[in-house]
Amino acid sequence: MGVAKYTKNEKDEVLDVVLQSGIHIKPVYTQKDLEEIGFDPVKDLPPPGEYPYTRGIHPLGYRSREWTTRQYTGFGTPKETNERFKLMIAHGQTGLNVAFDLPTQMGLDSDDPFAEGEVGRVGMAVDSLLDFEVAFNGIPLDRIGVGLTINAVASVMLAMFQATAEKFGYKKDRISATPQNDILKEMVGRGAWIFPVRPAVRLIGDTIEYSMKELPRTNPVSVCGYHIRESGCSPVQEIAYAFQIANAYIEEVLRRGHSIDDFVRGFTFNLNVFGNLWEQVAKFRAARKLWAKNLKERYGAKDHRSLLLRGIFGGGGYGMTKAQPENNIIRGAYYALGAALGGAQTTALCSFDEAYTIPTPRAALLSLRTFQILMEEIGLRDTVDPLAGSYFIETLTKQMEEKMIEEMKRIDDMGGMVKAVETGYVQKEVSKQAYEFERGVQKGDLIKVGVNKYVEGEEMEVELHEYRLESAEEQIQRLKEVRRIRDNRKVTQLLKDLEHAARTEKNVMPFLLECCKAYATVGEMTKVFKGVYGEFKEPSIF
Amino acid sequence: MEKRIRILVAKPGLDGHDRGAKVVAQALRDAGMEVIYTGLHQTVDQIVNSAIQEAVDVIGLSIMSGAHQPICEKLMKKIKENKLEDVLIVVGGVIPKRDIPVLQKMGIHGVFPGGTPFDESIKWIKEHLESRS
Repeated sequence: MGVAKYTKNEKDEVLDVVLQSGIHIKPVYTQKDLEEIGFDPVKDLPPPGEYPYTRGIHPLGYRSREWTTRQYTGFGTPKETNERFKLMIAHGQTGLNVAFDLPTQMGLDSDDPFAEGEVGRVGMAVDSLLDFEVAFNGIPLDRIGVGLTINAVASVMLAMFQATAEKFGYKKDRISATPQNDILKEMVGRGAWIFPVRPAVRLIGDTIEYSMKELPRTNPVSVCGYHIRESGCSPVQEIAYAFQIANAYIEEVLRRGHSIDDFVRGFTFNLNVFGNLWEQVAKFRAARKLWAKNLKERYGAKDHRSLLLRGIFGGGGYGMTKAQPENNIIRGAYYALGAALGGAQTTALCSFDEAYTIPTPRAALLSLRTFQILMEEIGLRDTVDPLAGSYFIETLTKQMEEKMIEEMKRIDDMGGMVKAVETGYVQKEVSKQAYEFERGVQKGDLIKVGVNKYVEGEEMEVELHEYRLESAEEQIQRLKEVRRIRDNRKVTQLLKDLEHAARTEKNVMPFLLECCKAYATVGEMTKVFKGVYGEFKEPSIF
Repeated sequence: MEKRIRILVAKPGLDGHDRGAKVVAQALRDAGMEVIYTGLHQTVDQIVNSAIQEAVDVIGLSIMSGAHQPICEKLMKKIKENKLEDVLIVVGGVIPKRDIPVLQKMGIHGVFPGGTPFDESIKWIKEHLESRS
């Protein structure tokens, strides 16, 4: 959810406002506030497109290019998902973001006993290259960038995406994939992890290293403060944790002898939009500045492209409510406004029915229309960083930056993010705050319209997406067919080669590519990794 | 002294969204219960085994993926096989209203969809355990 704490007197006058990040908002801001916090227009606020990019990474912002819209999409079979992709593109969506079902995210084939009941449920089922060939059929992969929301087996899906694109005749230097590929955040929230922390981070290193050489337009990692925020942390921690996770991946690649400027521009971020509007806008502005400084000061990056915080600012899932679901349409519009005022390059919104299940086409299109209205009717393309220079926003941006630096230092003092996740520190911190937040809502200290104020009683009926059991059956039949018609001797040999590569710490990507091309399944490739790496054990936090 | 209620908070299946499970675990603990949290990606067999080993009074499942029907069917089968009918079974998470009677028919005692106040579910558990003893 994400509302600030308000203290009022008996006349309903607001006496104090405390943001989730712990910052008190004053009733009036003046020039004096900027002076007190040490705001320096030369250092803090150069024009957009100039270091440290507080005002945006492009000199002309949305004037030069509208944001990319990428609703999280996928369900049932690849064929059903392909139809939905085409529907969204026909209605003006400019990118794709693939939702995979849980068996795929967990590296299980659709006929695995543990996959039962989950095939095609929260996303598209993928077992082999055949599925990607259907899912991306007729999609112009040289024009449409594709986000792949997959983490533990992101290396497998990136290889599969490349194999698909090549089969369709696209050159590998023309395709643009953005696998999410952020395993540390899965271990903090969201929970789709398989392998232990260190080999999992090494696999991410492999995808970054490989993309740098082979897939120049691909963004091999999208670091997600998003899910950590969904799991309960504050907006300040969202950024601080995301940056420290990114630093862990950077160090994995530096360790291999590469120079920072050779790979870091492939990093993108996935950040959340729910909560107090001003806090979100200041968060994005402060984050852009801090990321640029992090790269320049900590890692000595020289290429200006290495310093740019690019990302998808969107979602807002935890702000959406089950009660009075139509209110979520309104919330989504304000969240998207925050993303635009914060200078998002790419956006997406949770749809109004997502507190129930995955969205209907009508609900998904409403999210898309929200973005189109902002850009084409309301005036968000008119000028770059329209809130710049506001006494309030600039003060808040500085305050947020200071807090982010403190929070990052806490992780540094602990020995970095890998350690902080292995020991369960971050998980514990996030979970504690989620509990406090929930108590605040239940006590009525934090207002949520329709939930603890202006309650209507009777639950509103909404049309829901229906899960088709037949989709799972069709998927399992296709998988059996693939296993029957492929060259099984070749697959066995290629899986052995993959195992050898993993054991000898070679970059596994070229081996995965060959496996995918021979129609090895996601489950088979994952099993090889499980044999070599073992599985993650959650640290106990209670 | 009153016996403390022992409750197993479990995340069955593949879904990893554990904010709800962990928040509820903390609320139950603050209400004086002994909470055992299974962690993620548990099979129904693992959950039932933990329930037996820990000799719990209550099993609480948290399910967010929409797969509550197949998971609960499997669980109730195992409960019967292991003669654990005395254990109170409750389910929380993303559970549409129309599915609540379906789960209750399977033998799930209490269904608490997301947003249920802590006080309400805690009171319900205490009252139901008392009425059984």
